[in-house]
Amino acid sequence: MRITRTVAGRSRRTAVMATTGLTAAALLMTGCSDSGSDSDEADANGNITLTVADFGQFGYKEAGLFAKYHELHPNITVKENVTAQETVYYPKFLQQLNTGSGLADVQGIEVGRVKELVDTKADAFADLSDVVDPAQWVNWKALQATTDEGKVIGAGTDIGPMSICYRRDLFEQAGLPSDRTEVAAKFAGGWKDYLALGEAYKAKAPKGTFFMDSASAMYNGVVSSDSEQYYSKDGKAIYKDSAGVKAGWELATEAVDKKLTQGLAQFSPPWQAALRKGSIATVACPAWMAAQISTYSGDEFKGKWDIARTPGETAANWGGSFLAVPAKGKHVKEAGELVKWLTAPEQQAAVFKAAGLFPSNKGAYELPDVKTAKLEYFNNAPIGEIYAEEAQVIPAAVLGPKDGVIKDTISTQINNMEQRGTKPDDAWKAATEAIDKVIG
Amino acid sequence: MATTTPTRGAHGSRPSRRAPKPMTARRQAWRSRLWRFDDKASPYAYIAPFFLVFGAFGLYPLVYTGWIALHRVEMTGLDQMEWVGWENFANILQDSEFWTAVSNTFVIGVISTVPQLMIALGLAHLLNYKLRASTFWRTVILTPYATSVASAALVFALVFRADGGLLNWVLGFFGAGETNWANGHWSSNIAIAVIVIWRWTGYNTLIYLAAMQAVPSDLYEAASLDGASRWQQFRNVTIPSLRPTILFTIVISTIGSMQLFGEPLLLEGGQIGAQGGTEHQYETLSIYLYNYGWNLGHLGPAAAVAWAMLVLLLLIAGINWLIGRFVRKTAA
Repeated sequence: MRITRTVAGRSRRTAVMATTGLTAAALLMTGCSDSGSDSDEADANGNITLTVADFGQFGYKEAGLFAKYHELHPNITVKENVTAQETVYYPKFLQQLNTGSGLADVQGIEVGRVKELVDTKADAFADLSDVVDPAQWVNWKALQATTDEGKVIGAGTDIGPMSICYRRDLFEQAGLPSDRTEVAAKFAGGWKDYLALGEAYKAKAPKGTFFMDSASAMYNGVVSSDSEQYYSKDGKAIYKDSAGVKAGWELATEAVDKKLTQGLAQFSPPWQAALRKGSIATVACPAWMAAQISTYSGDEFKGKWDIARTPGETAANWGGSFLAVPAKGKHVKEAGELVKWLTAPEQQAAVFKAAGLFPSNKGAYELPDVKTAKLEYFNNAPIGEIYAEEAQVIPAAVLGPKDGVIKDTISTQINNMEQRGTKPDDAWKAATEAIDKVIG
Repeated sequence: MATTTPTRGAHGSRPSRRAPKPMTARRQAWRSRLWRFDDKASPYAYIAPFFLVFGAFGLYPLVYTGWIALHRVEMTGLDQMEWVGWENFANILQDSEFWTAVSNTFVIGVISTVPQLMIALGLAHLLNYKLRASTFWRTVILTPYATSVASAALVFALVFRADGGLLNWVLGFFGAGETNWANGHWSSNIAIAVIVIWRWTGYNTLIYLAAMQAVPSDLYEAASLDGASRWQQFRNVTIPSLRPTILFTIVISTIGSMQLFGEPLLLEGGQIGAQGGTEHQYETLSIYLYNYGWNLGHLGPAAAVAWAMLVLLLLIAGINWLIGRFVRKTAA
């Protein structure tokens, strides 16, 4: 057999065409999105663009606030740049703070990170204490973003009073009450009762459904109700002996042991998919979670979700965020004005109405939008009533610089127990090893 | 211009009318000194840009990373450096996660490089025959290399997904159960190796093909006259001629697999991906470094990991070199 090597002759032109086409296609496929801040200088007419970088759901889009702001200030356009997961958002944000480039005019900060930024990066933010009036906020919220010198680096957006979101239709099919007061009565005694209800659900659960998404959600609910969580008042990491962590961990291991959970890491794509498919019966629900649920569950389950008061007597706050203005921004003054407006009572009430994120600004609690608020998606649950009472009695939790990472690490290990059958002792050991590495 | 038929040089410089000035002796000496200097110094000036750029973007970061590795530096305060000596190195060497990352890097490296290079050799051999639209095929084979890591990894993440993933769906037809690919140690490493193989096979194929084109055709003709089959030709003509090229691709692939980052990061994505899986089951050294530096914000240990990677690479390069020498010796 003779070997002849190809010589591009006759078909050179077609080959070139094909090559060019393929190259173009490949280049299109490799399109890499660069999401740097593009807050430009004001143009000739004094028009400026303000960028807001945030994560998860802040509810501004749902409430149409950016469009409204543009109506009020025709020369200002607001662009929002959303990162789905806060754990992806924050490291990038820190890097941008270090290099001083790529920052938006307004940046969101999650409560698990705010202490670290107050301790280490206060200089990088504009002082908002003379832009907003910190006294308007629930006391503990304002303090979280205030340095020892009294500088305020962030204005509180929402807080996360706890509740339980549940699927009425699944409860009915499992032979459980579906009315929200009756459901709440079922776990009036606390999280233990919540687990007992889970067992009752599991006994007659519709095929392919689970009582809760992940025990890590319940764990966070339990820990959030304690004033001492991961750090003591003098800034020591005490998570190994903290009563709240212990209680939460034990409940979580019990839930895993009884197979009451689907074992999905919260906010991950599989978790989103499970909400879309409707396989989750209850979710431990801080106020902001409602927005997540309605987003991912979609129209199919509209009105089938409902919200019941949190288990037990202890009020809890899980999460919540702040808006900060980086000091090096091009439009610090305008950004400050925007933050002031976004966190004012009326706007917080509008966000609450649209997405269920509960206001941290006390002035909002008296507004009818909050007082009588009902979430249509959740079978018109009177969330205003449910959360407002709770918000008043939330304990002022001691925050620490690495709260966010510690919480995520423990959640990951709870997921490991759920998904891989890791033994509780091994999971706890892995968690403490990882956390010690975090605290470094 | 109003010239009718411009001849070559018509637009060129006008010949100068003035005769050159006679040169003085001093001037001549100066000239020759300049000349000598030019002769000596010019080469350095010509190569300077590379070395300046390398110094700024290669050497300086390398040394400074080493400097950081000897300090405690936090992401939240880059300006505060506290001298800790070798503590960071001691910490990572005692960290079981580091050794997990080393073994994962090796496992993924081996199970991606070996099949990749074999497939590439075979494909190159096939493309080396006369076939229709050969340029088209050669281009097609390179397209995976042209896609970005991110898009490739995201597509494969959908393929390997536990629930509703394409692969599980296909396997379901054959009665196989749902596999949670990202969760198992071996299955996740295989998944990542598949992404790497898909992306890099074409690249190596083209390198081999280029080398094959350079093999003199009379070797093949002689072989076929002697009645050697295609397979025998491949084994006894192609492979020996390609030996240096194969060594080159092995070195390049080794360096590449040592720095594996995007594929494992994006297989599950988010927080889990940044830790190399919930139990670090597919954590490579780069992910370990990234997690230490960017998630936990401890830049000292992260820099130490970077240096550890360099040492490992040098070790592998040394072993490669020894094997290469051995192969060359036996060939001779």
